Amino acid sequence: MPINYYIFLALALFTIGVIGVLTRRNAIIIFMCIELMLNAANLLLVAFSKLHTATSNIATAGSDAQIFVFFIMIVAAAEVSVGLAIIVMMYRNTHSVDVNFLNRLKN
Amino acid sequence: MSNTLQIVWLIPFLPLIGFLINGLGRKQLSKSLTGIIGSGVILASFLISIFVFFQVKNGNSHVAHYFDFINTGSLKVGFDFQIDQLSSLFLLIITGVGFLIHVYSTSYMHEEESKDFAKYFAYLNLFVFSMLLLVMGGNYIIMFIGWEGVGLCSYLLIGFWFKDNNNNDAAKKAFIMNRIGDFGFLLAVFWLIAKLGTTNYHDVFDQVSKLSSFDITGITLLLFLGATGKSAQIPLYTWLPDAMAGPTPVSALIHAATMVTAGIYMIARSNILFTMAPLTQSVVAVIGLATAVVAATIALKQNDIKKVLAYSTVSQLGYMFLGLGVGAYTGAVFHVMTHAFFKALLFLGAGSVIHAMGGEQDMRNMGGLKKYMSITHITFLLGCLAIAGMPPFSGFFSKDEILAAAFEKNPVYWGVGVLTAFMTAFYMFRLYGLTFLGKFRGTHDQEHHLHESPSAITIPLIILAILAVVGGWIGIPEVFMHGGHRLEAFLEPIFAQSNTLVTSLNEKHALSQTTEYALMAVSVAGALIALLYAWNKFSKYEKSIEEETGFAKVISNKWYVDEFYNAIVVKPIQSIAGFFSNVVEKKGIDGFVNGVGKAVNYGSRQIRLLQTGQVSAYMLMMVVAILILFIIQLFL
Repeated sequence: MPINYYIFLALALFTIGVIGVLTRRNAIIIFMCIELMLNAANLLLVAFSKLHTATSNIATAGSDAQIFVFFIMIVAAAEVSVGLAIIVMMYRNTHSVDVNFLNRLKN
Repeated sequence: MSNTLQIVWLIPFLPLIGFLINGLGRKQLSKSLTGIIGSGVILASFLISIFVFFQVKNGNSHVAHYFDFINTGSLKVGFDFQIDQLSSLFLLIITGVGFLIHVYSTSYMHEEESKDFAKYFAYLNLFVFSMLLLVMGGNYIIMFIGWEGVGLCSYLLIGFWFKDNNNNDAAKKAFIMNRIGDFGFLLAVFWLIAKLGTTNYHDVFDQVSKLSSFDITGITLLLFLGATGKSAQIPLYTWLPDAMAGPTPVSALIHAATMVTAGIYMIARSNILFTMAPLTQSVVAVIGLATAVVAATIALKQNDIKKVLAYSTVSQLGYMFLGLGVGAYTGAVFHVMTHAFFKALLFLGAGSVIHAMGGEQDMRNMGGLKKYMSITHITFLLGCLAIAGMPPFSGFFSKDEILAAAFEKNPVYWGVGVLTAFMTAFYMFRLYGLTFLGKFRGTHDQEHHLHESPSAITIPLIILAILAVVGGWIGIPEVFMHGGHRLEAFLEPIFAQSNTLVTSLNEKHALSQTTEYALMAVSVAGALIALLYAWNKFSKYEKSIEEETGFAKVISNKWYVDEFYNAIVVKPIQSIAGFFSNVVEKKGIDGFVNGVGKAVNYGSRQIRLLQTGQVSAYMLMMVVAILILFIIQLFL
């Protein structure tokens, strides 16, 4: 399968993520959009890693990207735990998950 | 170290000690103690100077090296004192006349408060110290230290009565004009260092042949610029008449006898440089002559007794420069000496008169003082005769020597010089007639107050009068008496190098005896006529309120030189300064600084609005920023 397919898919996912982050106000949806962007990046990393392995003479070529993907997943998992905790706290304080209520530091 | 002249450091050191004691203890010391310390240190210096003089006379010249003053790379400047014929002669004049003036001051300044009195003596001692440094220095740097020191003391003493702002202005004027000259002096010294790498007199004069004629002319012209500032020559002479704002003994010591002759000393010291630069010599002679004649014309119409003497000093200094310019170095130094005697005498006499008149300086309000102040009158008359060049008083011999040398060089110089001598005789006897002859024209109170001054004033007058009479006898011209010019023989080693040079160029052709007698006869006869005319005219002087007209008005306004300087120097500088302070400072510099502040203030006020508090707005900005970074990274 040509690499282009992967690239376009990743780009589409990433763009959807960005637009979601920018346009939505619900904190949980923004959060999911961020995850979407991370996964778009993961997908690209894996795709390029495979391509690299296929075109290189060195046996281990591209394996570092695979490892990198695992790291991203782990960090994302940690982020989810912290992020969800923040959203819970936010709901307790404002009885809403709308990010536009998070402006109390202004003035 | 074995040379006995190694002790000469005591000569300037004692006045320095006097300065420190009087200056630091001015609140504790009583007036009489201050006077004793102030005069005593000068007396001690004078006694050592006499000893030194006789050592030198017996052929013991010495350069005393004490320590390295500047020692960098190839340039070594030692703290040296050079004791030879020229400096020992100046030492005698400075400490001798200085001592008499110190004694005089103890009485003249007696009405000052005790701490002002001590301050006065401290300044006076500091002045003597600086002047001694100036003449004793073994190189141009030490001379320059003294040169600056006397300028400072002159400033301090002119502005001694600083509560009157006019005195402060006069002091500042003197200081600034001196600075202009000092700048020339300093440049000349740098030039010497650049070309020869030394400032020691001996080394400079030995290597003088290494200098190109351009260098020599440049150096000597710059040195002469220094001399015009210090010795009040055209174009920098206007400070000296204003300097009369200081106490009268100060005028006598600094602005007649010693400091103003520093320029002559410096040129006489560097005589070989000037002899090798004929162009500079002509400049010196012409400037000197012009100063002599201009100042003499101004003196004809002055009514302030001290102003007349001040212009007379400027005029006599012009004579000395004429002497230097025509190569009569001995004559110039001789005239410095006799002038120190009779001009100090005249100033001190004027001070005695002012003292008796209760501070009055306008001669139109004097007259008839002869019968109240006999000692002052007689000594003053002797001083006037000496400056008018009457034989056998001292001024005759020194002036005649300069005029004879001028005639040898160029009869026009002689003509103008003799004319000046006539004017000198006239204004001096105008001064004498207005002050001492005729009827008293002051107020009744003043007349009641008139008295002869105390002995601390009259004794210095008597001593100076004796010197003014006999001082010329050490330089009797060759035509009167063979070997009579003992001063010339004494100073011969100093000017030997120049004399050899002049003889080798075969420029000197001695005047015949008849010419010399004729020249003397003309100058004496002319001066005598001017003298008698003035005596006759001003002994019958009546106060009148006639307006001056025509030429008389021009010279009584001092040729409008001060106004001219105001218009071409002071006013433009003031307007430039005004422009800088009002426009460049306020609009430019302040505007820039304030503008930066305002811009930061305004900018931050605008940028603050970006902080909306909306999370989505922050994220939008983040995305936009990342996109911009990508664009920069990928396409630029």
